[in-house]
Amino acid sequence: MTQTAIRFHDLTLGYDRHPAVHHLDGTIAEGSMTAVVGPNGGGKSTLLKAIAGALKPLDGRIETRQRMAWLPQSADIDRSFPITVFDLVAMGLIPSRGLLGRIGRKDSAAIEHALDAVGLNGFEDRIIGTLSGGQMQRILFARLLLQDAPILLLDEPLTALDSATATDLVALISQWHAQGRTILAVLHDMDLVARIFPQTLLLAREPIAWGKTSDVLTPAHLQAARQMVEAHDPFADYCARVA
Amino acid sequence: MLYDLVLAPFADFGFMRRALVGVIALALGAGPIGIFLMLRRMSLMGDAMAHAILPGAAIGYLLGGLSLGFMTAGGLVAGFAVALLAGALARVTVLREDATLASFYLLSLAGGVVLLSLKGSNLDLLHVLFGSVLALDDATLVLLVSASSISLIVLALIFRPLVLECVDPVFLASVNGHGGRVHLLFLGLLTLNLVAGFHALGTLLAVGLMMLPAVAARFWCRGIGMLIATATGIGMVSGLIGILLSYHSGLPTGPSIILTAGLFYAVSILFGSQGGLLLSLIRRPHLRG
Repeated sequence: MTQTAIRFHDLTLGYDRHPAVHHLDGTIAEGSMTAVVGPNGGGKSTLLKAIAGALKPLDGRIETRQRMAWLPQSADIDRSFPITVFDLVAMGLIPSRGLLGRIGRKDSAAIEHALDAVGLNGFEDRIIGTLSGGQMQRILFARLLLQDAPILLLDEPLTALDSATATDLVALISQWHAQGRTILAVLHDMDLVARIFPQTLLLAREPIAWGKTSDVLTPAHLQAARQMVEAHDPFADYCARVA
Repeated sequence: MLYDLVLAPFADFGFMRRALVGVIALALGAGPIGIFLMLRRMSLMGDAMAHAILPGAAIGYLLGGLSLGFMTAGGLVAGFAVALLAGALARVTVLREDATLASFYLLSLAGGVVLLSLKGSNLDLLHVLFGSVLALDDATLVLLVSASSISLIVLALIFRPLVLECVDPVFLASVNGHGGRVHLLFLGLLTLNLVAGFHALGTLLAVGLMMLPAVAARFWCRGIGMLIATATGIGMVSGLIGILLSYHSGLPTGPSIILTAGLFYAVSILFGSQGGLLLSLIRRPHLRG
């Protein structure tokens, strides 16, 4: 039996007591690769944020034991800050080297290698403000590479990228999966999900379906996801399902 | 000639040498702090913090007169308190930190002047608001040099997380739980430098030696290391020129120093190699793709 990487116990997440993810139960197996899909506002990003520990659950809890690396949606990076590509990627070493650790020759080589892997060899000394959106995303993938975490949380990692960049990054994600890492990725490209991701969680505030991708991405399920009520009900009553 | 203009004042007068040492120490500490304030878009926050020191210094003054220890301690306590309160209020109320600080500093300034007026003369008020670079005694000089030494050492230690907190705070929080404390430490250093600066330049001008060299440096270089070096250099040279200017012309010293830094700023805006006005006016052919 495979080990559990992440376990949700009756998890409810939200903002200002309005749930964005409602009563989620289940487990994510170690080494599995799961796509999180669903309509905008369906709680996909919120779920990843909570798993990463950046949002406290309203109810229930999340169990994880392993270290994880989180790539937030349109990462909150100050692109005007004068920092070089090398230095930004080097931040991926913080989990292993600490905040003050010296970056030795081996680490420099690892950084070069990571830049190589994302196809940005020779960009070391560029200031991040001069990069395009796609290049920036490659840089963030290089940083993820260095973080070397057993669990990877990727929030819309391929949005607004050209097909060449997307293909390269998907190859990296598949490679991480092959290395036995647990991957959870928020995506909108259903064809890609069907092609690459063995598992899918369809989330529209409530979990609509979760399991093998071909079982989840059925017309009936997708229709159900579209029915999600978009707006908050300002007069919402207390949820009766609170244990 | 050059000797009379530049060296003689320092060779002849002890107070000039002290002033120079004091200003150089201030510039060393203020340079990097100013750069970080600018890069974090906190330029005005430095100004607000400088005012926040006033009531603390005023209470110190009420308790101990124009005493270095009392006024320093009062300023430090008031500065930290306002920084922490503004941060905390911004988290629990709808107002953002800048709005909260703006209200705080107005109250601080008004409160500080009222407190000073309870006991002091106008001369004392002028001393607190605009400083007295030419009257630095040994103890004050030790304080200035200690403050800049402490802030350089602490900055060296927290440099990486501080940069990271500016560039990608979410990432810092996700890989290291102590990220939030870097911001507090930085505010502490800011207060320390402002309190040191206030003895020489007064609460109103102390922030000038931080911000003017920093924004001027932005017109000359990109990398953060170069920015810090350039800002510190401009700060020191402004100090030197400002002191000499005040010596030869009889102008008040603190404002002379700040005006000199302002001159550097103006020249940088016009002629700076990174986005200076003149360069943007000249149409240069674009490069090959």
